[in-house]
Amino acid sequence: MVEKKIRVLIAKPGLDGHDRGAKVIARALRDAGMEVIYTGLRQTPEMIASAAAQEDVDVIGLSILSGAHNTLCPQLMKLLREKGMEDVTVLVGGIIPEADVAALKQAGIAGIFLPGTSTQEIVEFIQGRASA
Amino acid sequence: MSDSSDIRKKTGPIPRKPTAAEQEWERNTLVPSLGKSPERQKEFTTTSSYPIRRLYTDADLTEWDAARDLSFPGEVPYTRGIHPTMYRTRLWTMRQFAGFGTAEDTNQRFRYLLAHGQTGLSTAFDLPTLMGYDSDHPLSEGEVGKCGVAISSLADMEVLFDQIPLADVTTSMTINSPAAVIWAMYLAVAEKQGADWKKISGTLQNDILKEYIAQKEYIYPPEPSMRLVIDTFEFGMKHTPKFNVISISGYHIREAGSTAIQELAFTLRDGMEYVEWALKRGLPVDEFAPQLSFFFNAHNDFFEEIAKYRAARRIWYKAMAERYKAANPRSWALRFHTQTAGCSLTAQQPTNNVVRTAIQALAGVLGGTQSLHTNSLDEAWALPTEFAATVALRTQQIIAHETGVTNTVDPLGGSYFVEALTNEVEQAAWEYVRRIDAMGGMVAAIEKSYPQREIAEASYKYQMAVDKKEKIIVGVNEYVTPEKPIEILQIDETVAERQRTRLAKLRGERSAAEVERRLNALRKAAGGGENLMPYIYDAVKVYATLGEVCEAMRAVFGAYEEVAVT
Repeated sequence: MVEKKIRVLIAKPGLDGHDRGAKVIARALRDAGMEVIYTGLRQTPEMIASAAAQEDVDVIGLSILSGAHNTLCPQLMKLLREKGMEDVTVLVGGIIPEADVAALKQAGIAGIFLPGTSTQEIVEFIQGRASA
Repeated sequence: MSDSSDIRKKTGPIPRKPTAAEQEWERNTLVPSLGKSPERQKEFTTTSSYPIRRLYTDADLTEWDAARDLSFPGEVPYTRGIHPTMYRTRLWTMRQFAGFGTAEDTNQRFRYLLAHGQTGLSTAFDLPTLMGYDSDHPLSEGEVGKCGVAISSLADMEVLFDQIPLADVTTSMTINSPAAVIWAMYLAVAEKQGADWKKISGTLQNDILKEYIAQKEYIYPPEPSMRLVIDTFEFGMKHTPKFNVISISGYHIREAGSTAIQELAFTLRDGMEYVEWALKRGLPVDEFAPQLSFFFNAHNDFFEEIAKYRAARRIWYKAMAERYKAANPRSWALRFHTQTAGCSLTAQQPTNNVVRTAIQALAGVLGGTQSLHTNSLDEAWALPTEFAATVALRTQQIIAHETGVTNTVDPLGGSYFVEALTNEVEQAAWEYVRRIDAMGGMVAAIEKSYPQREIAEASYKYQMAVDKKEKIIVGVNEYVTPEKPIEILQIDETVAERQRTRLAKLRGERSAAEVERRLNALRKAAGGGENLMPYIYDAVKVYATLGEVCEAMRAVFGAYEEVAVT
């Protein structure tokens, strides 16, 4: 039997256009055998939640470098709950001050990856969640 | 195989034929030594993965002609710098990029920096401003004042430069898609202060091409965006002859993950694209070209960076003199600002960033920069605290006054390595220029996603090299130690509230009819072919907001959506 590929939505919420990290992660996950959909720039939490539903993804990876994470992440988590998508793993990568980490985890973000994280670490985290 | 390695193969290290003396050294000294103690790596490469040889000698400069390729400072092709005496006469401008919170917050930081010996201002705007949205727009939620200062109208701009005499202080503004609007506000403040437009000086970034390529803060499609840029060229030529109407930027291209050669090539080809569009408009090259300026990154690889700046001056001279037949030496000389590489800063062991920044800044100085921003140690986490920003400024002052590197012009000139690398980097950049020419120019290349793809490829390769520890980043993939979080600058949501209140008050107090009348005039002009600067200026003068002006043009120009390349 062919194992089902893990489906990941990589999204850039907010106004920021710095997409280097999002693109590197998208490619690294694809090279690790996952099915990756990249939303492109300037996605509102609504757009991300509906794309995630439409694409039936297992994981959403948000790339945020602008400092808007405290606004954007809880909004997305609320929308996912409303859609009954609590089983989707949501990860955030980017510039997240350590002081904000606990609150984001509380809001339901499963993994927070700070600058300097290797792509392998993120691949393994996602694979670990999928097999759990 | 990607194009970048393809380009390296085509133009990379020039084949060399060692002299008899060098061959003798190899036989008698090198080979026995390698037998006893082999080298640490098979291949040595720069940060950009460019191969570097063991030793550079006269064999690497057989094609090189000192009179033609090196010449003298202040003389073509400007390899040694654009001024005859460089820093012996005048140090570079120490221009620290600053901006956060409201206009009041940033005004205070500006005055603090000026009081501590900074010699020019540089304004960072927040994301809503950069995207042409007012602070009270729904898409601005969570972003107001975070990455820079929030400026929604002339009222904010007046506060930003309160008690700062624009007649004396030069100001750089990092703004692109809405550059014409922000510049109009700046000119309005200058006028209110009684500063003569003919004498004021500063720099507008205004480089939309690199936004499509790298930073992605665009509003309109390329065609109307380029029209706006050329409108500012024309306006500046007539009204503000000392203002740099554009800062053609490689910085963001590099931050997006390009190699040094790609940064150089795409930036200079962008410059050529602006020149070509201005010529199409009928502007005389020697009237607008002296107001063009450049902006490069200073990354970790010391000599590669220095070679890049030296090659940049040579390429621009050749492009202006030969390709565009400019006759005014001021059109030939490439003047540039440098910023140390934000993407090289590590969140881990942030104190180490002071060292990285110092070395990068030194490369900018040895490369002959006209102005410099040094990043702060905490910028992998947030905008800098006052403490961190002061250390960054002090770093420049130490280079200027304590190291002795300013005592002589182009101290590295004539070094076998630096001259050979300058030649190689220049040749590789020209090869990119030829490719982009063949595609029909930079706008056409962008529409084909060519530079975007090249950069994505280079950035992925770099990350893989770091992940595999082929490249060592101290504190990240080697020499890792446990650490405590550092103190960082927090921007709270009261900034957004203060901005919303101010905007509501403004919208209530200004003449709504006059604002509407002038926005209508702008819309109408946007549909025709006139220069839009006077219309934009008229609108902002009566406190039409940034968002309103940008929206008026969006209604005519439409919005740009990129095809995302991953």
